[in-house]
Amino acid sequence: MPMTITEKILAAHAGREKVEPGELINARVDLVLGNDITAPVAIKEFEKIGAPGVFDRERVALVPDHFVPNKDIKSAEQSKQLREFAREHNLVNYFEVGVSGIEHCLLPEQGLVGPGDLVIGADSHTCTYGALGAFSTGVGSTDLAAAMALGETWLKVPESIKFIFDGELQPWVGGKDLILHIIGDIGVDGALYQAMEFAGPAIEKLSMDGRFSMCNMAIEAGGKNGIIAPDEITRAYVEGRCKRPYKFYKSDPDARYARVYRYDASQIEPQVAFPHLPENSRPVREAGHVEIDQSVIGSCTNGRMEDLREAANILKGRQVHKNVRLIVLPGTQEIYLQALREGLIEILVKAGAAVSTPTCGPCLGGHMGILAKGERCIATTNRNFVGRMGHTESEVYLSNPAVAAASAILGRIAGPWEVL
Amino acid sequence: MEIKGRVWKYGSDVDTDAIIPARYLNTSDPEELARHCMEDADPAFPAGFRAGDIFVAGKNFGCGSSREHAPIAIKAAGVSCVIARTFARIFYRNAFNIGLPIFESPEAAEDIHEGDEVLVDVDSGVINNLTTGKTYRFAPVPPFMQQIIAAGGLINYVANKLDVRSEK
Repeated sequence: MPMTITEKILAAHAGREKVEPGELINARVDLVLGNDITAPVAIKEFEKIGAPGVFDRERVALVPDHFVPNKDIKSAEQSKQLREFAREHNLVNYFEVGVSGIEHCLLPEQGLVGPGDLVIGADSHTCTYGALGAFSTGVGSTDLAAAMALGETWLKVPESIKFIFDGELQPWVGGKDLILHIIGDIGVDGALYQAMEFAGPAIEKLSMDGRFSMCNMAIEAGGKNGIIAPDEITRAYVEGRCKRPYKFYKSDPDARYARVYRYDASQIEPQVAFPHLPENSRPVREAGHVEIDQSVIGSCTNGRMEDLREAANILKGRQVHKNVRLIVLPGTQEIYLQALREGLIEILVKAGAAVSTPTCGPCLGGHMGILAKGERCIATTNRNFVGRMGHTESEVYLSNPAVAAASAILGRIAGPWEVL
Repeated sequence: MEIKGRVWKYGSDVDTDAIIPARYLNTSDPEELARHCMEDADPAFPAGFRAGDIFVAGKNFGCGSSREHAPIAIKAAGVSCVIARTFARIFYRNAFNIGLPIFESPEAAEDIHEGDEVLVDVDSGVINNLTTGKTYRFAPVPPFMQQIIAAGGLINYVANKLDVRSEK
C-alpha cells in the first residue's frame, strides 16, 4: 500500500508494515525534549509515575532557553529544577547557558535529530525538525513525562496535505514567506491535526535554514507536523553531524493526500503577517505606511546563519532609524560565534542593533524586548497573537529577516529593495 | 456523569497566550496560574467567574503554544468543562492528560449564548441548553482517550503500564 513520508516514519516506529490515517499507534521515540517552561511540569509528573529512571539518558534533552539567562527568581527556580533533574538522571543532553541556544536551532545543529527520526517535544515548535525529513511534533508536559519514562508515545496517524511549489523563488523570498503565504491561504486551523508535506522544485532548492523556518511554522496552521523529503541538501547538513544512524524516507508517488495545494513560487513576494494572527499575511508591498518602534531578528523560526547574513547584508553601512530598537538574537552559541567570525556582529552593532545572547526572550513576551502599550514591532518570530510580545495593546507583525532589517532602517514596514 | 454550569462565550482561535500569558509561565503552581486565567482576553472574567462555569468557544480553541499551563489554569480556576467547535491539537491532548473535560460540538458552539445554563450528560453524549431547551450532541470521546480517563489520567495510565512491564 502506498504511504506518505509521515506514515512511513510512524509505521517504522510502531513496528508495523503500514499505518493508515486515523489509526492510533504506540510509537518508539528517538528523542524527547523539554525547556525551562515545560520541563518543570513534566518533571513533577514524571516523579508521580514512579519510574526507575528515564528510558535512555542520551535521548532526553533539556534545554533552558525561554527565560534564560534567568530574568527573575521564579524562572531561576525553574531552570534549577532542570539542572538538578539532569544531574540526578545523568542526562547527556542538558545544555547550560553558555553552550546552549534556542532548542529548535540547537538540537539539529548538535546532530541530535536526523532524517527518519521520531521526536516529540514539550514545545509547539518541535515540528521544526520535519525540515530534516523527521517526524516531529509538539506535545504537553504530561506527554513528555510519559515519554521520558516509557520511551514511547501514543499518536494518531494524521492525514497528510501536500503543498507543491513550482517555479523559482523571487529575490528576498525564503521559507518564511512561503509558510506565511500558506497560512494566509488556509488559515490558522487550515491543517488542524494534519501533516503538512512541502514539495516541488522551489522546495528542492531551498536551503536547510529556509526549510527549518518553513516546518517551524506548521503549527501556526494547526498542523501536527511539517515535513520535507530529505535530499542532497539534507545529506550535506547531517553528514558528519548526526550522532545516530539516520534513514531517508520519501512519499510514494501514489500516496494518498487529504488535499493537494499547488503554488507558483515565482508569484510569491516577501510577506508580512498583520496582527493578531499569522493568517493575516499579505505582500510587504501592500502593507501601507506602518511605523514601528521595534524590530526583532531571531527565534526558532529565523535565528540561524542565513537569517543573520541576510540581515547584516542589508544593515551593512546603514543605521537603524532613531525611533526604532533593533534586537538581534542569534539562535545558538555556535551561530553567534560563526557570525562573529564572519564579521556580522560588528556590522549589526555598528548599525545600532542590540545583539543578545541566544534566548527565546521577546518572541513570547518573556524578556529582552517587551513592548509597551501602543507599541509596534516587526519580528522574524512566529506568533503575533494579542499581547504576545508584551502589552495587550501592542502589535506584532511577522516577516522574514530582510524585511525586518529594512524596516528597522526606515522606521516603518519596508522591503529590502527600498534601502539597497 | 453530568456537568452543569453557566456559560462564558468566546470566539474562534482563542490562543494559549490569551488563556495564560507567558509572563506568568515562570511558575507552574495551578492556583497562581488560575488567578491569571483569561485576564488579557476577558477582563470581566476574574471578577465575574463562579466555580463550575463553562467555556463555550468557536473553532481552534487553545491554538498556539504547547503550554500545559493553559488547561491547568482553566481547570484550577474552577471551569467545569470547555465546549468548542474544534480544539487545537496539543490543547486537546493536554486537556485529556490533565483531566479537564472538553467536548467538540459545532452546533452547541454556534447556538449557545453567554450566560446560558448548560447541562452536559457525558455518558449519553448530549449537551442540554437549559435556558433555551435545545439539545446538541458532541463528538464521542475516542476509545483510547476513554482508557486514559478510566485510568485517572495519563500519568496513572503510564504507571499501570510500567507495573505490567515489571511483572513480566
